[in-house]
Amino acid sequence: MEERTLLTNKALNYTLDRLAFEVYEQHVDFSNLALISIQPRGLPLGKRIVEKLSALVPDQKILHGALDVTFYRDDFRRREEVLVPSATDLDFSIEGKEIILIDDVLFTGRTVRSAMDALLDYGRPKNVELLTLIDRRFSRELPVQPDYTGRIVDVVKAERVKVEWTDDDSNNRVILFSSDQ
Amino acid sequence: MTKLSTKHLLGIKNITTEDIHLIFQTADNFKEVINRPIKKVPSLRDITIANIFFENSTRTKLSFELAEKRLSADVVNFSASSSSVKKGETLVDTVNNILAMKVDMVVMRHPNPGACVHLARHIDCSIINAGDGAHEHPTQALLDAYSLREKLGDLTGKKILIVGDILHSRVALSNIFCLQKLGAEVRVCGPATLIPKHIEALGVKVMMNLKEALMWCDVANMLRIQLERQDIQYFPSLREYTLQYGLSSRLLKEIGKDDLIIMHPGPINRGVEITTDIADGKHSIILEQVENGVAVRMAVLYLLAGQTKTA
Repeated sequence: MEERTLLTNKALNYTLDRLAFEVYEQHVDFSNLALISIQPRGLPLGKRIVEKLSALVPDQKILHGALDVTFYRDDFRRREEVLVPSATDLDFSIEGKEIILIDDVLFTGRTVRSAMDALLDYGRPKNVELLTLIDRRFSRELPVQPDYTGRIVDVVKAERVKVEWTDDDSNNRVILFSSDQ
Repeated sequence: MTKLSTKHLLGIKNITTEDIHLIFQTADNFKEVINRPIKKVPSLRDITIANIFFENSTRTKLSFELAEKRLSADVVNFSASSSSVKKGETLVDTVNNILAMKVDMVVMRHPNPGACVHLARHIDCSIINAGDGAHEHPTQALLDAYSLREKLGDLTGKKILIVGDILHSRVALSNIFCLQKLGAEVRVCGPATLIPKHIEALGVKVMMNLKEALMWCDVANMLRIQLERQDIQYFPSLREYTLQYGLSSRLLKEIGKDDLIIMHPGPINRGVEITTDIADGKHSIILEQVENGVAVRMAVLYLLAGQTKTA
């Protein structure tokens, strides 16, 4: 198992800054916007985007929720073990809102598909966008494309991309694990 | 990622403490689901479940059916009174015929203890016991413990009293197993004729006086007198039973415990084991038990179905 760093802490921080600016550029007024992180790995990313946005517009309140998609997955009964769900935490109505779904790595697109199903069970949003830190663009199994992308990565299926977060943001990084043939 | 240690839910006796915690953890998420505007998730959309009830039931059957439908499973219902069982068909034959119609899971209630175990030996599908005679009623025990966990947090060292007809009660036995696995202390209280022999072997102390027992406990689970199972007279009259073992507001006032929790597995005989003002009062968590029943059954169905792989 070979390990390579795709984004260092510094580079990752610049990418987060840019993502926040892109969201700000598209939305400016945040009164009807809600960021929703896909559980579990979209949550640390969502928190940091919200922090960056709050620094940009300190006077606006940014809605942030967490959405668990376990019950909507299409691989139930097709894997060895049962997936244990995480908590859904949406303390606002999504009816008529502009939603940005957040996840760390976009791979097959299946998680995002289930997230859209899960989201629509809470109401009818005005529109839904997708923000991902890493886009593995050659591994898609469903027609899903992100609206905001941190970094596009071209890797084969057998390789793994992992985003690591530290609590104090001192050593966040994105790593690529390549399998040795 | 983890899974239950068993393919069936036949009784609490043969599942582990880890299983119970996993079911509770999953039930937390389903409780959130059933409190949404759209109370449905698609997880079990390719599964068909047969509810086979050889004995009457309203609450359990309704609760299972709701749980199944909220998981998007297809449901078929069967009750013995309107079936070929009356014509002399055996249990295994009946169920095999239902399975031949491609059913993936069976939820069964049966008047004979061990009916589900017997079925599990002969049939290749997931079986959930919804009550077998006076033996076990695992999902009831799970929802009782889940409701208590919501009120009290960790159940370790909590004192729980089960009052009434212990002899004929499957709820009592499953509750004893479940609560003990979670670290609680369980005692029973009731007329000597309705306490099973050798119950001490389960580590359960018997108390004869209801008032003393209530002074001891944090939670009182008031069971129904199961007149339909009583083949002989176990006590002189219902009135005398109520005087000795019925819970009234007068008795509760004498005890003076403000935080006592009162449970009842239903159906209630109002005015027999519990008076109306207690059943509807602030100590009672009877309706929470019913609500949690759906979430806990969803969790059990979800976890067991996850282990039956497609193709």
